[in-house]
Amino acid sequence: MRGRMKHVAVIVGHVLLVAFAATALFPLLLVLINSFKTSSEVTANPLAPPTELRLDNFAEAWNYGHFAQGFVNSFILTFTTVVVVLVCSSLAGYVLAGKKIRVWPAVMIYFMVAMTVPIQLFLFPLYYVFAQLQLLGNVVAVGVVIAAINMPLSVFLMRTFFLKIPKSVEEAALVDGANTFQLLRSVMLPVVSPGLITVATIVGLMAWNEFLITSTFLQGGEESSITATLGYLSMNGTFSTDQGVMMAGAVILVAPIMVVFILLQRHFVDGFVSGSVKG
Amino acid sequence: MAAVEGATRRGNGAMARRSGADPAGASHRRSRRGRGTLKFYLLIAPAVLLSAFVVVVPGVMTAVAAFTDWDGIGLQAQWIGLANFAEILDDPVFTTALGNNLRWMLLFLTIPVGIGLLTALLLLTRPRSRTVYQVVFLVPYVLAPITNAILWLNIIYNPISGVVGYANDHGLDLGTPLSNLNTAIYAIAAVDIWHFWGFLTVIYLAALRQTPVEQVEAALVEGANGWQVFRFVYLPNIRSTMQLMWVMIIIFSFLAFDYVWLLTQGGPAHATEMLSTYAYSFAFASFQFGKAAAVGLVMSFFGLISSFVYTWLSRKDLNA
Repeated sequence: MRGRMKHVAVIVGHVLLVAFAATALFPLLLVLINSFKTSSEVTANPLAPPTELRLDNFAEAWNYGHFAQGFVNSFILTFTTVVVVLVCSSLAGYVLAGKKIRVWPAVMIYFMVAMTVPIQLFLFPLYYVFAQLQLLGNVVAVGVVIAAINMPLSVFLMRTFFLKIPKSVEEAALVDGANTFQLLRSVMLPVVSPGLITVATIVGLMAWNEFLITSTFLQGGEESSITATLGYLSMNGTFSTDQGVMMAGAVILVAPIMVVFILLQRHFVDGFVSGSVKG
Repeated sequence: MAAVEGATRRGNGAMARRSGADPAGASHRRSRRGRGTLKFYLLIAPAVLLSAFVVVVPGVMTAVAAFTDWDGIGLQAQWIGLANFAEILDDPVFTTALGNNLRWMLLFLTIPVGIGLLTALLLLTRPRSRTVYQVVFLVPYVLAPITNAILWLNIIYNPISGVVGYANDHGLDLGTPLSNLNTAIYAIAAVDIWHFWGFLTVIYLAALRQTPVEQVEAALVEGANGWQVFRFVYLPNIRSTMQLMWVMIIIFSFLAFDYVWLLTQGGPAHATEMLSTYAYSFAFASFQFGKAAAVGLVMSFFGLISSFVYTWLSRKDLNA
């Protein structure tokens, strides 16, 4: 009796997992099948598979979504954010982990509060300053702002990675006469490189996907300053009647993220898990 | 969590060893520290200054602007005291927005937490299929809000070409979820929950896996059933993770913006307005930056309470 109950429980468990997996993927499957269909085919039945593998939608979406420009800008923005975050957070993480300065607890509390500050608390004056400095539409400047927003979490993450380094490693290097730069560059950096990859992965993803700051500071600017997702958003206004083209645009956006995610899934999962401990 | 606590303990161990060093070494270290302090302030400066210039300085400006009629265009502004706050509190839309934030909080504290916990428990006993399921569950979470929102808007909720429209034409009346005053907020929440729950699965699974095997085996030997093992072994072990996630969800519930703005911009007729969209509209639709700042300040107040709780819950880590 008990054995049968257990058997039933295992089957129910499998069914539930498959059902949840299907829920997660169903909208994306719809995107894929409809990206090959004409507008009237989509309207007739969005659930039907495509009759032929036409690629016209993709060419049209690529042009009207300005994806060539958008991907370049998204890449510049993400790269800026990741570089700024890695440099600043690893230096700060080293200082905080080693308690090198007397005010380290105050800095920790500062970053904890900064991490939960709503963007709306600083967005409006920041917009004004950006407008005054003519930085609206400047992809690199927006990348720096997104770096600043992700700084607290990154500092905490890098700090925990520096905490894992035994004190003896640092002391041995100092006895050997290394200066701080040499110590960080040649001794500490290789040891914390898994931390750098984890931080780069999750901060890179956040920068690539960011909406509120990016749309506020870049959307009003020239076409030359839109990111990939903003280009797609602008397409939604003009093409919302041609669903085939819209879905092809979604495939263009989703495909590269999926490739990167599947290749780096370990780092994403590690990043989410360690990041959730501190934010 | 346990991984970080482990790192923390290792850190403490290193501290203890160091403080046990001989006095001569200690004085030598102090002199080195004295000479090198400036250097360490320089190393931490970029992170602190960048954060301060982007978050604190404009944050203080917002706190001041909330008491003015600043239009966000020039620098002229009149000090109007509490007038912005009085007007907001009088505005029924503010009440709607605050109510929606609270509703959002209740929805997210229950539905994604329930699904996340259930799926994490199911994956706990399935080590081989675990990796694949985690990746599948995380797919919506790693996609951009713009992508997710537009695909739901166009292929699911669209009454002409979406699944909802198809169902309506074929005898299953789903109405128009996003333009119905009563259902719009839940239609948006559905998209955000769809995108979010997989994250919780991964977090809870990581926490569950830290539970010592001996505890689970001991409970099973003593004849505990599945529910009892969960209730008395796993749950106490993941309590701190659960608490942190709850606080995180509460904080995010008062900041929710992306999916609401992308799907309805707070409409129809302010039915899905949130504090964030309410503030954003003041700033960029009616150029009332002073009022936007006041709403931002109210949001920060809720955020601040949550972040005190958050800091208090993670104080163990701070004392490392």
